[in-house]
Amino acid sequence: MKIPVRAADVTVGDALPPVTHGPVDRVQLALFAASSGDHNPIHLDDAVARANGLPGAIVHGMLSMAFLGQVLTGWVPQLQIRSFGTRFASMAYPGDMITCKGVVTAKEGEAGKALVKVDLRAENQKGETLLAGNAEILLS
Amino acid sequence: MIGKAYDRFTVDVEKGRLRAFAKAIGETNPIYLDEEAARKAGYQSIPAPPTFPFVAAMEANQPFLILADMGIDKTRSVHGEQHFTYHKPIVAGDVLVGQQRIVEMYDKKGGALTFIVTETRLENQLSEHVCDMRTVIVVRNS
Repeated sequence: MKIPVRAADVTVGDALPPVTHGPVDRVQLALFAASSGDHNPIHLDDAVARANGLPGAIVHGMLSMAFLGQVLTGWVPQLQIRSFGTRFASMAYPGDMITCKGVVTAKEGEAGKALVKVDLRAENQKGETLLAGNAEILLS
Repeated sequence: MIGKAYDRFTVDVEKGRLRAFAKAIGETNPIYLDEEAARKAGYQSIPAPPTFPFVAAMEANQPFLILADMGIDKTRSVHGEQHFTYHKPIVAGDVLVGQQRIVEMYDKKGGALTFIVTETRLENQLSEHVCDMRTVIVVRNS
């Protein structure tokens, strides 16, 4: 059983355990397309992606965001997440390794019950930022 | 267009769909895959992962409704930002009722880009407010 993260144990600057996925393959993109309802062919078909000015099929931004969310759900029970958002900074491609990281930037409230703010980032194997996000987590 | 509210939409949160989504995102935590594990963790059934509310909006075609409404070719649009605020868990068996509004629109780079900001409120079958979503769509005009 995982030991719950307590407000008293968290300090600004703490890193959350990172999550890495990949290399992202075409099967995963197909499964994500089917289960997310995003059937846009730019994620599945290189020819269509090229016709739209892309170098080839791109990873769904919402798949990368789902990976980023696992930094949060791997750290605390999902019920404690108050908010989660991201900007889509650059595109990921099949074959990319996507690493998601979080760092605590603020802690507000008394010892027993704190709202913790986290900066989140997803990057590819070259260290380029794919997603730049943040979240608020309630800790007791 | 700012302030425009679209028709309310309804989406069933199916257990099989949640499992398929959890597998597709590489989720291995059993609460997202197994009913028994979800119940032990205090959920009534398998919970929807944090980004799943956007799937509900996609299922109801909400992002494309706006583009079609404005006569924008969807190949000129990209998803710029996505934000969620959570109020209550969404679990398998829920029926979500949502409504999307356009809350902001602005140009950048001398009109080369238009930013469309929408907010979608999601309630469940008990009229409980479960989630708010804020979506930024970026449209290339040139």
